[in-house]
Amino acid sequence: MTRRLLLMLPLLGFLLLMLFLYLGLGLNPFHRESRLVAEARAFPAFELTTLEDPERRVDESLIPGEVTLVNVWGEWCPECKREMPQLLDLADRGVRLVGINWKDTRDKARGFLEEFGDPFEVNIFDPEGELAFELGVYGAPESFLVDRDGIIRYHHTGYISPSDLREHILPEVQKWQ
Amino acid sequence: MAIIRWMLVGFTLLLVTGLVQGAAIEVREFDDPVLEKRYDSLTASMRCPTCQNQAINDSDAPVSGDMRDRVYLLLQEGRSDIEIRDHMVQRFGDYILYNPRLEGRTYLLWGLPAVLVVAGGILVMLLVRARRNASVRALDDDERRRLESLINRGNGQ
Repeated sequence: MTRRLLLMLPLLGFLLLMLFLYLGLGLNPFHRESRLVAEARAFPAFELTTLEDPERRVDESLIPGEVTLVNVWGEWCPECKREMPQLLDLADRGVRLVGINWKDTRDKARGFLEEFGDPFEVNIFDPEGELAFELGVYGAPESFLVDRDGIIRYHHTGYISPSDLREHILPEVQKWQ
Repeated sequence: MAIIRWMLVGFTLLLVTGLVQGAAIEVREFDDPVLEKRYDSLTASMRCPTCQNQAINDSDAPVSGDMRDRVYLLLQEGRSDIEIRDHMVQRFGDYILYNPRLEGRTYLLWGLPAVLVVAGGILVMLLVRARRNASVRALDDDERRRLESLINRGNGQ
């Protein structure tokens, strides 16, 4: 009898492997851990102008001070329009927002803010995508929650839905406040 | 007739879009053929972060273009392949490596196939040995007597 059971072992192993691979297939590859958050990295160094004032140069010292949501957006990005109500809501709740205007032109970006509202304290103008590259941004919109010491604590890829706001963003803001 | 015309139009459109897609990935000039080889192998070994399964040398996603630019730049600066891979992983995570690096949490991934082959080999060896031992063993006295009685019973009937 034990011999019979022993003969079933390869089949059992095979079934386990199938189960493992099947579960792997169901994973969403976009829900992966962010390198910057895993290493509690500081907001990367940069030197760029602002969207509002081409003469004003800003660098990484702009970010620390209070818990800040840094949002990467562009006028060309339809999902960014859909998340603006959530960002405006966040600003109404007193959360500081800084935008990174990514691969855009000043005219189009200003038009966007006039049309959909402006929740940002200031926008970093990044037409070549150099700062976004340092942040490992691969598609807009993306958001980073940075604590008062300038450490990146949370990374949200894609559109922030109203339920994302309630379930992820607001608790994270509270956690690091 | 009309159908054929539409098919021709459709076919031409397909051809044209194919050409446009092909043109999206730029051709780079290298003075040094070794650098060109390294560029090719580096861009073939990194996965586009926003596509499901495409290397950055095969993808026209904007982020892949930026990554190719950066690989090119770093190669021109004289950085090593390992430095360039690290540079990308620092920003985009391990996801972009088609061959995960050998480190604490990937030992299982790299080691499991070898472990399974060795375990399978040992199992086959044990089975073969057990079978061989079983076939060569002579009958002991008890077994011989029992065999004889069985044969006699058969003859008796």
